[in-house]
Amino acid sequence: MPAPDFASLTVGDVVAERSFPLGRDSLVRYAGASGDFNPIHYRDDIAAEVGLPGVLAHGMLTMGLAVQPVVDWAGDPGRVADYQVRFTRPVIVDPQSGATVSVTAKVGQLDEAASVARVDLTVTVGGDTVLGKAQVRVSLG
Amino acid sequence: MNPELQGRTFPPTEPYLVGREKVREFARAVFATNPINLDPEAARAAGYADVVAPPTFAVVVQEQTLAQLLADPESGIDFSRVVHGDQRFTSTRPIVAGDLLTATLTVASVKSLGGHSMVTAESAITDAVGAHVVTAVSTLVVRGDE
Repeated sequence: MPAPDFASLTVGDVVAERSFPLGRDSLVRYAGASGDFNPIHYRDDIAAEVGLPGVLAHGMLTMGLAVQPVVDWAGDPGRVADYQVRFTRPVIVDPQSGATVSVTAKVGQLDEAASVARVDLTVTVGGDTVLGKAQVRVSLG
Repeated sequence: MNPELQGRTFPPTEPYLVGREKVREFARAVFATNPINLDPEAARAAGYADVVAPPTFAVVVQEQTLAQLLADPESGIDFSRVVHGDQRFTSTRPIVAGDLLTATLTVASVKSLGGHSMVTAESAITDAVGAHVVTAVSTLVVRGDE
């Protein structure tokens, strides 16, 4: 798939937006796929026992899905050269209503010499930011 | 936790063979929709030998190194007090189904901050010929006694 035209990008451009509805089944699927079977991600009783307000999504699930709109924009997952996040707030997934993670991806910086775009992600649940310093470096050379 | 851990390198993990169906299973679990993650034909058309793993797939291999760190009695880390602070993946090339990967963890830093400890673990992941693929860096916060 063709890469976005680096020369046409401007800092501040919103390049992708997507919402991800999460249910408990999403957490079980990620547990199986990743091998992270920490029960705080699927058992209410254990989450309560360790003082959590509810079952939490794996931080790595939130990180993993938040980059997907950028992958689709870039056209090829191999163009993602670097990806970092800070986990600032847990995502509580209600057994009935789940949780919806919203992602907005915006151009944060352009490295002309390397043709690398830094895309900054805003990742929220119910209006609250759940990831900090979420930055993706996309190689468009 | 033990501050002398800083600078320590653990032995390389057993080689991990990246399976096509594992990549597709992981891709579906992180809501990937790009055909290069899911369809071997699309991946080949884009110049890859097989399906390409999503950017965070390296965590599956990195996990084995974090297990080494947490299981080491000298680390003094109480797993039940560990919170994932931040995470980074820096790639030389993407992981592709068929790769045979080995990970080596180095403890980059150990810091104390107001009763809590922070350990930064860097896992360098290399392929069958020893070439660098991706480095996964995790900062774990170990909560102090309350």
